[in-house]
This record gives sequence, C-alpha cells and structure tokens, in this order.
Amino acid sequence: MRFRDVFSIIGPSMIGPSSSHTAGAARLGRAARAICGGQPDEAEIVLYGSFAETYQGHGTDRALVAGLLGYLPSDPRIRDALVIAAEKGMEVSFRPSSRPALHPNTAKLCLRAGGQETIVTGSSIGGGNIEITGVNGFDVKFTAGYPTLLVFHRDRPGMLADMTDLYRDAGLNIGYMEVDRKSRSGDVLTVIESDGGLPDRSLRLLSSLAGVERVCGVELNEMEGTA
Amino acid sequence: MRFSSLAGIVELCEAESSTIAALMIREQIQESGATEAEIREQMTGYYRIMKEAVAKGLNENTTSRSGLTGLDAQRVDEYMRVETPLLGGEAAKALAYALAVSEVNASMGRIIATPTAGSCGIIPGVFVSCQERFAWEDERMVEGLFAAGAIGYVIANNAFISGAEGGCQAEVGSAVAMAAGALTELRGGSPAQAMHAVGLALKNSLGLVCDPVGGLVEIPCIVRNGFGAVSAMTAADMALAGVRSVIPSDEVVEVMLEVGQAMPETLRETARGGLAQTPTGRRIMKELQAKRRREK
Repeated sequence: MRFRDVFSIIGPSMIGPSSSHTAGAARLGRAARAICGGQPDEAEIVLYGSFAETYQGHGTDRALVAGLLGYLPSDPRIRDALVIAAEKGMEVSFRPSSRPALHPNTAKLCLRAGGQETIVTGSSIGGGNIEITGVNGFDVKFTAGYPTLLVFHRDRPGMLADMTDLYRDAGLNIGYMEVDRKSRSGDVLTVIESDGGLPDRSLRLLSSLAGVERVCGVELNEMEGTA
Repeated sequence: MRFSSLAGIVELCEAESSTIAALMIREQIQESGATEAEIREQMTGYYRIMKEAVAKGLNENTTSRSGLTGLDAQRVDEYMRVETPLLGGEAAKALAYALAVSEVNASMGRIIATPTAGSCGIIPGVFVSCQERFAWEDERMVEGLFAAGAIGYVIANNAFISGAEGGCQAEVGSAVAMAAGALTELRGGSPAQAMHAVGLALKNSLGLVCDPVGGLVEIPCIVRNGFGAVSAMTAADMALAGVRSVIPSDEVVEVMLEVGQAMPETLRETARGGLAQTPTGRRIMKELQAKRRREK
C-alpha cells in the first residue's frame, strides 16, 4: 500500500501552497539529511517532471532546503530556508532536468558532508507522502513513515539472519525489508522497516556485525502541528 | 487496514454495526499501535488548525506572494451579508469558508492537507459551516474527519491523490468525494448511502485536468475548492434523499485511474497546457519570471 493510514490522507499539517511540491519536498529533504547523517555542507539538487517545471512557484526549492536543515513541513521557517541555509554556510544549487523520471515529482539530492558524498533520489507521491527510490546507486523503495534502518554492508552468508535476530531479540516486528546489491558478495544496502525503533543497544550490536559498514536510521513520523 | 475498497468499508460496517468513522478509528489504532486517545488528539489538533485557517482567510490579508489571488473569500462573505446569494446562505457560507482556507494556503499559511494542499479548502469549508449550522460538537467533526480519511485512503491506494499523477480529479475530485461521504454519515446516512455519495461526487469530476497558471496553486485551484464544497453538499443531499450511484463507487475510482493515466503530461501539474498556456496564462507566467529575476 502506498498510503498506509488515515493521517497520510488527512494531514500533514503544513505550510502551503502544495502538499506534493512543498510538504513532500520538505520531507524528502529531511529524509536525505538523515541518510547523509546530518546537515550537508553542499547540496546539488536535480529536479524532474512537475518538480522541474514548477519548483519556484511552489516553493519546492525552499522546502527541500528546509528539510535539509531539519525543518518539519509545518515550520514557518520554510519561507526563508534559502536565506537561512546561506547563513549557515550550506551551498545549494538547483538544476531542472528534462529527462523523464519514473514519477513526475522526483528530486535527486547530491549531498556532500565532510568530504563524503550521499546521493538520494525520491518522489513526492501525493498529499505530502514520499517514497525514497534510490540511495548511492542502490534501488530501494521506502516511505520513511515508519522507523527505517538503512544498513550498508558487504554480503556474506547469514548476514540477514544476524540482522533479523536483533529484531527478534528486541521483540520488534519487521513490516518491510529489501536487499539490493551491486554484485555477488559485493556492496549491499539492506532496508528494514519495523513497527518500532531498534533500541540503542541493538543498534550498537548491529553496527558491529562483521561486514557492516554503516547504519543509519530514517523516520519522518511527525506529530507536528498538534501542540 | 482490513479494507481496500469502498464496498469493503460498507461490508465491515454492516457486519459490525459500525459507522465508517468508528471503523477507521479501530483500524488506525491497529495500524499505528497508538491509543484511541492519541489518534483522536492528533485529529482534534488538525481540526483546530482547519478552523483557524477559515478565520484567518475571512479576516486577514491573504494576497498571495505572486499577487494573483487573495481576499475572494472576504468578497463572498461580504456579498452574503448584503445580498441574497443564489445558492442560499448555507451553501454560500461553505463556499466562502472553502475559499478562505485555500487562500491561506496560497499565501503560505498553515493548513491541513485534505488529501492535498491544492484541495485543502473543501473539507474545512463543508465541515466548519455545517458545524455552525447544526451546532455539532468538535468531537463529532473529528469523527467526520476519520470517515473522510477512510474514503480517501481507498481512493489514494486504488488510484491517486496528486495532480501530477492524475490531474485535478485526483485532488479536488478526491476531496469532494471524501467530504460528500463524510457529510452523509454526519447527517445520519448509512455507510451504503455515504458510498453512493462518494460515487456520485467522483463521477462529477472525472477528467478534471491540473493546469495551474504559472504552476502556482492559485488559478484555478482556489475557486475549484469553492465549487468543490458546494458539490460535496449536492452529492450528500442526493445520497441522503436515496439517489444511488448506479455505477458502484469502486468502479468509478477505477475509471478515475484510467482517465488520469490517459491524461497527457501537459495537463498534469506541469503548467505546460490548459489554462496555464492560454495567452493570458502565458503572459502571467512571463511577468512572474521577470519579477523573480528582479528579486534575485
């Protein structure tokens, strides 16, 4: 199911004018920030389809950058995000592309932080909901609406069993999981979406499994605007 | 969720002697792991923001950043006080409130996407005006939002709710159907009647394209929210009177998907066709681009 619950239909609470182009863009930015491991020093953003055609009028540029700054879709600072990013020393550039993308509202964020590059591709699929479809050359598909772990690792027999053991021991149900690898026993990205977040202790054990290179958590669940 | 179709909602409601709202609340508890109090609190917060947006749109300056739109809700509100609206006072009020919320959205104010920002005026327009008219409690309105959400959930997963995927029928069309179904239940209609309202409403917006001038959620989006609020009441009244949607609402959702997929990209939120490419639409877009360059 692309849309999983009532609040993906009624909601989010957001600053206008467009749920796909503003709220969804802010969430894409925030997911990319989490995957990058924090605020990037530099962001080169490629826009496709309707994003490329209408991004300025909808504030898509401000919203993507607001997300990179960690702001929620309901944060009024979205309006001034480009100025705030410049003040914080984040270098940002936008490039509309005429190439067709799988989904009409798609952005590719090429982020650099401390010499490390992270490339995140995602689409805004309606009503502020998003789907991340690519991370550093891996094909993925997750919404970040639930606690999601991205595990970058080398492939070896028993790897997935070792990871899922940690979820079992923590008493957590895995709702969705996918594995994409670039070659046999090569680089792998495993995405695990679970009903609750893995406790710190399990996260440390996961990070120290043989072959695991990096683990990052992404979750956009926002109770924004209800306070 | 135990349902994936509108007929599935009716079946579950009938088997469990439940309203659509109560079914949605139970399913949401199951899906999210949150308590009933927590999810009611979140929805109550959303309803509060909707009411704030209505008030803001009726009382504050809602001129958009582009300068193209704003203050139309206040024009209708003033007209209603001085003249006798053809629609009658109650429908005119829903129209004014829907315009108000959409204008708050266009001026980068805070709204609740229902299901999207482009269609954010319809549900608050209908809900807030009916609440005043029938003196309903907030709690009842919040339940109405859960009913609307159940309908939108089915439409979103079987078709789409974004203009870029399916045109305006996916946004305003979905919102009108959600409002019509929820309003039917709020007025005492059965779940089956509510789904007839959904089918009747959806049929009236099939094929509606997304062609915003300058790519902005302003022209024609704002007035379509006004029209949408009135359409939702029309569909609910028909369903409450016993009018049926001969083509079942689930089949209408399938048609919506088919029509949206056949829609050219120029008419799906790219501003490359339709009203956006009329001589006036093109002139406005050029002026906006020049204004943006000056601001840089």
